[in-house]
Amino acid sequence: MRALAFLPLMALLSGCNMVVMQPAGDIATRQRDLIVASTGLMLLIILPVIAFTLFFAWRYRQSNTEAEYDPDWHHSTQLEVLIWSAPLVIIIALGALTWISTHTLDPYRPLSRIDASRPLTADVKPLTVEVVALDWKWLFFYPDQGIATVNELAAPVDVPINFKITSASMMNSFFIPALAGQIYAMAGMETKLHAVINKAGVYEGFSANYSGEGFSRMNFKFHGLDQGGFDQWVAKVKAAGKELNRDAYIALEKPSEREPVGYYSSVAPGLYSAILNMCVVEGKMCMGEMMSIDSKGGAGKESHANRERLRYDDRHAVRGEEAQGATFPATEKKTRSQEVDPDKGHDHHHDHSGSDTKQSDPAPAQLNR
Amino acid sequence: MFANLDLQKLVFGRLTLEAIPYHEPILLVTFIGVAIGGVGLLGLITYMRWWGPLWRDWFTSVDHKKIGIMYVVLALVMLLRGFSDALLMRSQQAIAFGANEGYLPPHHYDQIFTAHGVIMIFFVAMPLVTGLMNFVVPLQIGARDVSFPFLNNFSFWMTVSGAATIMASLFVGEFARTGWLAYPPLSGPAGSPGVGVDYYIWGLQIAGIGTLLSGINLIATIVKMRAPGMTMMKMPIFTWTALCTNILIVAAFPILTAVLALLSLDRYVGTHFFSNDLGGNPMMYVNLIWIWGHPEVYILILPAFGVFSEIVSTFSGKRLFGYASMVYATVVITILSYLVWLHHFFTMGSGASVNSFFGITTMIISIPTGAKLFNWLFTMYKGRIRFEEPMLWAIGFMVTFTIGGMTGVLLAVPPADFVLHNSLFLIAHFHNVIIGGVLFGMLAGITYWFPKAFGFKLDPFWGKMSFWFWLTGFYFAFMPLYVLGLMGVTRRVQHFDDPSLQIWFIIAAFGAGLIALGILSFIIQLVVSFMRREQLRDVTGDPWGGRTLEWSTSSPPPDYNFAFTPVIHDHDAWSDMKRRGYARPLQGFRPIHMPKNTGTGMILGILSIGFSFGMIWYIWWLAALTFIAMAVVAIGHTFNYNRDFHIPADTVIGTEAERTRLLEGRV
Repeated sequence: MRALAFLPLMALLSGCNMVVMQPAGDIATRQRDLIVASTGLMLLIILPVIAFTLFFAWRYRQSNTEAEYDPDWHHSTQLEVLIWSAPLVIIIALGALTWISTHTLDPYRPLSRIDASRPLTADVKPLTVEVVALDWKWLFFYPDQGIATVNELAAPVDVPINFKITSASMMNSFFIPALAGQIYAMAGMETKLHAVINKAGVYEGFSANYSGEGFSRMNFKFHGLDQGGFDQWVAKVKAAGKELNRDAYIALEKPSEREPVGYYSSVAPGLYSAILNMCVVEGKMCMGEMMSIDSKGGAGKESHANRERLRYDDRHAVRGEEAQGATFPATEKKTRSQEVDPDKGHDHHHDHSGSDTKQSDPAPAQLNR
Repeated sequence: MFANLDLQKLVFGRLTLEAIPYHEPILLVTFIGVAIGGVGLLGLITYMRWWGPLWRDWFTSVDHKKIGIMYVVLALVMLLRGFSDALLMRSQQAIAFGANEGYLPPHHYDQIFTAHGVIMIFFVAMPLVTGLMNFVVPLQIGARDVSFPFLNNFSFWMTVSGAATIMASLFVGEFARTGWLAYPPLSGPAGSPGVGVDYYIWGLQIAGIGTLLSGINLIATIVKMRAPGMTMMKMPIFTWTALCTNILIVAAFPILTAVLALLSLDRYVGTHFFSNDLGGNPMMYVNLIWIWGHPEVYILILPAFGVFSEIVSTFSGKRLFGYASMVYATVVITILSYLVWLHHFFTMGSGASVNSFFGITTMIISIPTGAKLFNWLFTMYKGRIRFEEPMLWAIGFMVTFTIGGMTGVLLAVPPADFVLHNSLFLIAHFHNVIIGGVLFGMLAGITYWFPKAFGFKLDPFWGKMSFWFWLTGFYFAFMPLYVLGLMGVTRRVQHFDDPSLQIWFIIAAFGAGLIALGILSFIIQLVVSFMRREQLRDVTGDPWGGRTLEWSTSSPPPDYNFAFTPVIHDHDAWSDMKRRGYARPLQGFRPIHMPKNTGTGMILGILSIGFSFGMIWYIWWLAALTFIAMAVVAIGHTFNYNRDFHIPADTVIGTEAERTRLLEGRV
């Protein structure tokens, strides 16, 4: 009878698409297996504990005078050894599993197999995709194909994908649950992910780290295609005829929500590297250059001249791109319509802050506007 | 410099009339509700002439019992606010599918989840824990007050001021839209230019000072003020967990203060510790905030473990199984809690060896935690278990917390975390341990020690209603979130496209409704218990057959707690005294030296609200003025030598005679 009560729950569970439990990529599948194995290992101890809690609570209830009552019994060396060693044994097993799986499933580690039955052969050329998290959309570069897309990602089935991931401003997390685990996307830094998709299909991808206003709709479709399908898709993107040059990128980078899918048939050389080094805007110092100065012990007083060149991401404050809301006036910004020239605000934002009211403001906070 | 001086800016900073969100209907209705309620409450206090007693007996009180009670009252009030946020989020997520945008736009929704997290952790869980420790610890160790009674009062008012600062953001300006830990660059001056993050920073800084000082105070109390004979290994387990928690507080909260100070420098004076500009690095913030943040969760859970140790032993009518191993488990958890912070961001790109190190240290914590669970289990074994309300909470905790612990260890496996991090699975996990562990523990503790504080038990019927609503509500509200996490749904999302998810959010919203009934039952329980207080009266001071020292004195205890400091021979001191036929001393009373009440704490608290408000709104004159005033008041207070008095022997004799009369009348 009790089993019947669970039927609707079972029906509900089977009706939903538990993508983490039924992924389509080898890495995600191995992560799923690891979840199942660790859960099983832990249930070995968790289930008895819960069962004994309920059993003892019932057995030694006050009304059950037949049960033994020993108010002073409080120590047993055997039991003490057991209660410390039983969890210890489980944790040793789980710890070993953790150490091995963390290394084999390290997102930075190049793949060694296509799936459980097929090792990776030397002649397979991996697909490289450079991912940039923008406010609030995703930009994908395909350096080998010379194309770029917005909010749409495609890859051929059974071909390893090397993702290089960065962000233009906020901290996001690049996540396609069907493909592999997530990794953060951070400005000025590059993270890596190696994965492979084993089944053709359309999968959900999104940001898994809250990054502000447009975060909820910062999602994209990931298409797993056969080789022919992928070539067609590349051809379709190439047919779009638009070029992603620096100016187009600067326009694209401005915060926007619900950005439609966009295709770029060609990409200005070195654009991804410039984004990663935060020097797309003319005159900015690339991170690489700064690090090179730092590695030589840093510059002296004359480095003050570099100050303006090292300012990258205080655009939002100046441009007032955030939506208006109940509390909008508190942010002391102009609305978009009031902005004189929103496009120019980007690289000449100090002109904006040079208004009279700002100068008279007693706040030291204005130092960094 | 003064040529184009803007008078309005000078006086009001960036505060303008538009900062009042009168065009936002939800906030307007809330404000009207709060205003009517507030005016009603103030009117009632005035009408009943309660201002004098409130000021003399409560606000200025340095009595640890009263301060403890005030902490709990603060926490319960803030619980209502934090839970309202939860209801708003659950209902938004239950309806915002496809074409339906729901009723909360992102800028509002984002403030709500941030406020929910901040309030629940800092102004509900923390005051509950601090309040309970404040009330119980001195009684359990046979002390008459804490080591630094004025500091205790000051700490409380700083916590209140932090809460008030956060609450002010509801009606003046906005709150942070960054999530409860305010990661930069989103929380930096570029990502969040408004006042929201400044409210966050100053609210937490002020409350943090209170928490840190109360931590120092309780450590000193436990180390220096134990009754004669109470060696470390004879301290009650709750006192042990309180000691470890306060050590964690003193070691962890300065890190929070420092990291928030660095963030304020970024926001106020243009430094670049955590920005993308000029070589700043937000990863540093993430590390620092979690070096505080992970010990913080143990700060919350350890006292709950302590509460359950007391309750399980008392209601099983049996000595605690494995006292020594319980103590060692607590200490081991305290130490290990500093070695695990990185598990909150395995996905930030650390190498495999670093990730597995922190994954494994996290798992190791489950060994002492597991040992604790077994100890409670074997305490029940061969016991005589009375299923009164505190024990129900304990059983509910043992089952629920075990599940939460298991999902926690699962999240500690880095490759598993890569698919579960930031998902609703994670949300389900930490609510599983914080509600199933901390909150159940604190509600159990409140029920358990309520008769000690007020002299009558809480009504059992409404208590059981509250328990069952909380328990079932918890499972309905959070089990669907585990499922949703496995469906790849991430946290902090305001709108969904996939309609197949909706049913789970509706179940979760239903669960939140059940929890609302649980909270309502608890409020009814308080009212009903107050009405029926004569029937529920406890004159013995020992209504549950308690085992530790606090049950040896009257309920409520006299101001001086113990007329004579007891001598301790066993960690179940009162049980031991009862067994050896302890007789209350009836004569030989002497005057008792006690600390005097002072209003300084409250004055400093109010000034600190002014200071934070000035800083938040760039009203520099206000900030400077209140800061100077605080310094003057604080220094002035050190010259107050009139800070103690003696309770005359006659008063002690009278109080004790009254207790003798009550005890005899009962027979």
